[in-house]
Amino acid sequence: MLQARFSKNLWNFKLDTGLELDNQILVLWGPSGAGKTTLLHCLAGLVSPSEGFISLNKRILYSSVDRINIPARHRSIAYLFQDYALFPHITVQENVYYGLKCQKRRDANSRLNSMQLLDSFGVKHLMHRYPRQLSGGEKQRVALARALAVKPQLLLLDEPFSALDKENKIILRQEIKMLHNQWKIPFLLVTHDEEDASFLGDVVVGIDQGAMREIKRAGA
Amino acid sequence: MTFHVQDWFPVILSVRVAFIVVFMVACTGLPLARFMARRDFYGKDVLEAFITMPLVLPPSVIGYGLLIMIGKNGFMGKYLSSIGISIIFTWWAVVMASTVVAFPLMYQAAKAAFISVDLNYEKAARTLGASELRIFFTITLPLAWPGIVAGLVLAFARALGEFGATLMVAGNIPGQTQTIPLAIYFAVESGDDLTARTLVAIITVFSFLVIWGVNRWSQKQQH
Repeated sequence: MLQARFSKNLWNFKLDTGLELDNQILVLWGPSGAGKTTLLHCLAGLVSPSEGFISLNKRILYSSVDRINIPARHRSIAYLFQDYALFPHITVQENVYYGLKCQKRRDANSRLNSMQLLDSFGVKHLMHRYPRQLSGGEKQRVALARALAVKPQLLLLDEPFSALDKENKIILRQEIKMLHNQWKIPFLLVTHDEEDASFLGDVVVGIDQGAMREIKRAGA
Repeated sequence: MTFHVQDWFPVILSVRVAFIVVFMVACTGLPLARFMARRDFYGKDVLEAFITMPLVLPPSVIGYGLLIMIGKNGFMGKYLSSIGISIIFTWWAVVMASTVVAFPLMYQAAKAAFISVDLNYEKAARTLGASELRIFFTITLPLAWPGIVAGLVLAFARALGEFGATLMVAGNIPGQTQTIPLAIYFAVESGDDLTARTLVAIITVFSFLVIWGVNRWSQKQQH
């Protein structure tokens, strides 16, 4: 369960956030420049909010009152970047292993698990390739495998379909829905596309100029 | 007249100094370049100009500045001689002069290389659980590497060719501080054409091989 209530002063407006999210897909829908990426950055710990409170599964990640600010690397929050940010100088396999190598506790199964992971994303045959040798859809699958390999408690997705053609987009939208059923962790996805929002979102929240309003809640 | 064994001394000294200079500018230039590429603070442009100064100042001015620092009556020189160390007119002075002159070349190349690394890669590594040190060595440094190597080669070449500042702080002592450029200058001045020609040939071939090798290497890196 993610609880976030914070604000961030940007140069032209103030981002005001109030989010509560169980194991659902929350879609944040709004035009570019609405503060969507900044919001994800605040949650992931890549930038600090101006003030407020963030907690994930009852662990406080950020609190301006208590002066808590857990660094990004300890937040257990996975982040799928808009351009995927696959490390260009290492192979697909090394990309997916990157997060596992950072973990102190190294259980013997983790190697096997990440092999299964590559397989379950349908990218095992690509494991010795470099990111520049991949198509858009393959890149996204690899980036998802890399993000989920460290068993995060929350997945953030920043405009995941903007680099894909229509066909791939429809396939990967479906896959993300299936992934969500498998992993049973909250997904928070930002998009400017209305179709993505209505297809994926259990909850859809509109955002414009930093202000938010709830548009849809499944089963309500 | 023939080319004697001891005439190799300038070659050995120059190459040795150039390698030490590359090591020194890498150890100091990389952290500073990384810092300046990612941080903004008040007075950054002043510091930046100060760091780059040796690139535009005449070498004799740098030599003079070093004399003020490490000369017998210089503020650092006085302290050093009180504990029994004298740098001036030793081959360490050669290293020092070349380091100061070569530093901005390394610094500028490395800074440009660090700036060119997409910040999203570092952010992605951060969300995957990597510490800042790990990010630097596994992401930033490898991605900036071609630009950094270019800086190291420039620094090496500059150190190999250093003349003015070296002459002022280390003098021209054969067998102690005489580098290739100094040896060539004084050989020509004294009419020793054979030594001059031999040294010119050596340094030309050597420089060519270094540049050629690095170019080949960097082309391979792109494939």
